[in-house]
Amino acid sequence: MSYVLLRHRDIPDIGKLSVYKEHGGFEAFKKAVTKMKPNEVTDTVKASGLRGRGGAGFPTGMKWSFIDNKNWPHYVVANADESEPGTFKDREIMESNPFQFLEGVAIASYAVGAKAAYVYLRGEFWQIAKFLDEKIAEMEKAGVLGEKLFGTDYSLNIYTHLGAGAYICGEETAMLESIEGKRGQPRIRPPFPAVHGLYGKPTVVNNVETLANLPMILANGADWYKSLGTPDSAGVKIFSLSGRVRKPGNYELPFGTTFRQLIYEHGGGVQDGRPVKAIMPAGASSSFIVADDKVLDTQMDYATVRTLGADLGSASVIVIDDTVSLDWVINKTIHFFKHESCGKCTPCREGTYWMMHLIDRLHADGCTSADVDLLLNVARQMQNKCLCPLGEFSTMAVVTGIERFPQDFGKA
Amino acid sequence: MSLAKKYPKEVKQILAKYPPEYKRSAVMPLLYLAQSEEGCITRDAMQDIADTLEISVTDVGAIVGFYTLYHDKKEGKYRMQVCTDLPCALRGADQFMESLCSNLGIKIGETTPDGLITLEAVTCLAACDRAPMFQVQSRDGLKYYEDMTVDKTMELIEALRHVDKETA
Repeated sequence: MSYVLLRHRDIPDIGKLSVYKEHGGFEAFKKAVTKMKPNEVTDTVKASGLRGRGGAGFPTGMKWSFIDNKNWPHYVVANADESEPGTFKDREIMESNPFQFLEGVAIASYAVGAKAAYVYLRGEFWQIAKFLDEKIAEMEKAGVLGEKLFGTDYSLNIYTHLGAGAYICGEETAMLESIEGKRGQPRIRPPFPAVHGLYGKPTVVNNVETLANLPMILANGADWYKSLGTPDSAGVKIFSLSGRVRKPGNYELPFGTTFRQLIYEHGGGVQDGRPVKAIMPAGASSSFIVADDKVLDTQMDYATVRTLGADLGSASVIVIDDTVSLDWVINKTIHFFKHESCGKCTPCREGTYWMMHLIDRLHADGCTSADVDLLLNVARQMQNKCLCPLGEFSTMAVVTGIERFPQDFGKA
Repeated sequence: MSLAKKYPKEVKQILAKYPPEYKRSAVMPLLYLAQSEEGCITRDAMQDIADTLEISVTDVGAIVGFYTLYHDKKEGKYRMQVCTDLPCALRGADQFMESLCSNLGIKIGETTPDGLITLEAVTCLAACDRAPMFQVQSRDGLKYYEDMTVDKTMELIEALRHVDKETA
């Protein structure tokens, strides 16, 4: 099967405008602008079953349909903050297949009537931002961005905006605050960005991978896209495979591929031939899945992974083998979230702080089983109380690590 | 001299990205410009940006304090920021970091005596399949170095030291 998103692996020079155009580039955007009404584009995306690839898995077309058409102008923001430990897929798309992503931004913008779109990149993607600026300028020169496109009244400009090192800015309302020139702290929702977004105007925020799907969906049709993947999770997904595997990397595969296929067929198996002990399917925010034969043969789609007591999220699959103790793993995740908590809401700010002190104490001499209980208690107390998902995410590995691998914490 | 006077073209380009009534949005790109000028963000630069954007210097300072890639004091000329987060650590990043520390004779967060390298541990940089890895932040921006070894890193540091002497 040829690639849908990582098409540079089939067509090495697709990052060149002329090559992208030779392979049908910008035809989907042109078709949308010249032959389709905005709501027809939205309907096509709804029918394709495309769900948000940033982690939440929310249906993309439905997200667009919530946009408030009584309040103008509208904005589109591409979420290129990619900061979840274990996720490195958007980077490859932007570095190697930039025009397909930017065409996706353009299609989404047309669908919701936005005349300006921002690509919010994490500050570390400094070189990629410069690269995208060049690609945007090439598109303007080629007449596929700018004023009165394809002889219509539709105009669109795309701008890059560089963050400066803050995981929280991947949360969509924190990202909007950051573009507005403020600290990246999440807003209370509702109102959602579709009603009150960038500069208080209706805004759609979509992940890079989500947007990169759009030109292919418009070119090949919703039915084609739906034919890939599973009934619950249409299409293909880029799985970022990392951890103790022989061949870590990005693997674009249809939803429904099993963990075993990903880890063993594509990833070459576990280093030193060790058995898989635990899987984190959604990066550091994941619950731990206890790996056994049944789990390894489980299909990776949003609904099925949930039956294992975890979420597929952004499909950043971190593989942990039997040489690794889970208390070491949660030491890493807790310090990460403590560092990245934005400080706005008390449960997250204080909770991550105390979890950090407790895990440090667990690794010091003289810790007791009561310390493990206290850590579990703090994590549970935080759940369902935080302002945004970051605080919730910080508890997932702690709670499921202690509950599902008690032996690694001196229990049972 | 103010950024707007010294870099009129760049400042104009930055401001043009945002609606004129929301020019505060330009604070982050202007801070990058100031940092590339001075190597860190000075109090004067914050005041200058505050004046340009018609916000308070506290508003600007809050941005500098919140985001980790802005620095309000000078450290080494090159900030070597090694990812020691979970996926990289599962592939030996902690051991890599320890070796770098002992080779350079400094601890995490410290700067080499010649002021060339500040060694920092940072969170995930979206390069988990190419560990050990780090980025180097300098006045010229940011650059990734992936699939690194201690030997390759020490060679890089020597090369940077050489460039530094040439340009000094």
